[in-house]
Amino acid sequence: MNGAPKPPSADDTAFKKELVTLIPHLRAFARTLTGDPTAADDLAQDAMMKAWDARASYQMGTNMKAWTFMILRNQFYSEKRRSWRQSQLDQEAAERTLVAVDDPESPVALDELRLALATLPEEQREALILVGAGGFAYEEAADICQCAVGTVKSRVSRARKALQATLEKGGYARDGRSAGDAMRSILADADRLSSVRN
Amino acid sequence: MTDNSNPPRKPAKGGAGLEEARLRQQAIGVKLRHMFDEVVNEPVPDEFLDILRRADERATGGGEA
Repeated sequence: MNGAPKPPSADDTAFKKELVTLIPHLRAFARTLTGDPTAADDLAQDAMMKAWDARASYQMGTNMKAWTFMILRNQFYSEKRRSWRQSQLDQEAAERTLVAVDDPESPVALDELRLALATLPEEQREALILVGAGGFAYEEAADICQCAVGTVKSRVSRARKALQATLEKGGYARDGRSAGDAMRSILADADRLSSVRN
Repeated sequence: MTDNSNPPRKPAKGGAGLEEARLRQQAIGVKLRHMFDEVVNEPVPDEFLDILRRADERATGGGEA
């Protein structure tokens, strides 16, 4: 059904090259949105293809990372509206799990952080991830989320407070153990991570 | 620097508490970035590049239908 074969255009080649470098970041963002590695890779692949299909509307030289993140985010919410699994990101379930995390000596801190993240309202979670982990400026995060810069700032700030409170409360909620275990292990871990600095 | 306008009855809530909160936020930030970077540093599954290659072939008419 194709007409005459087109040679690959220089723009397509450059676009593809840059898109490939963004795949790891798209996967990471998708993972934080879905909380599930398989669903995340499906989402990241869909977003990658949407970006590819829309390459004509992308202006080379503008922020392609933010552009693809916006595509991924839109894809996530439109799929979710349709049929995204009900199980994911159920706040109450996540809080129950956080309380139930049960082995004090295991390196659970990252999981506790994930669980605590899952208790945040999703608009706060995504704002915090974009700014706090994805390396985006508030302005870029606002573009990705299609909201005002001030809105992003307040979401990030509320997310930070809520996350800290949840981590501290998680410690309290564990019967028989001292308060703030989750927070303490995160403090210790952060120390280790920043001294190793890989 | 503590806020001198604070009523003297609650001295414990001053600079030390704020410093502690700052450290905790910093630690959360480090862990958050670490969590994200762990996925970024994973090898990309071949599937991604395969899909893109097929799409590219379609776009250039290189593949046979």
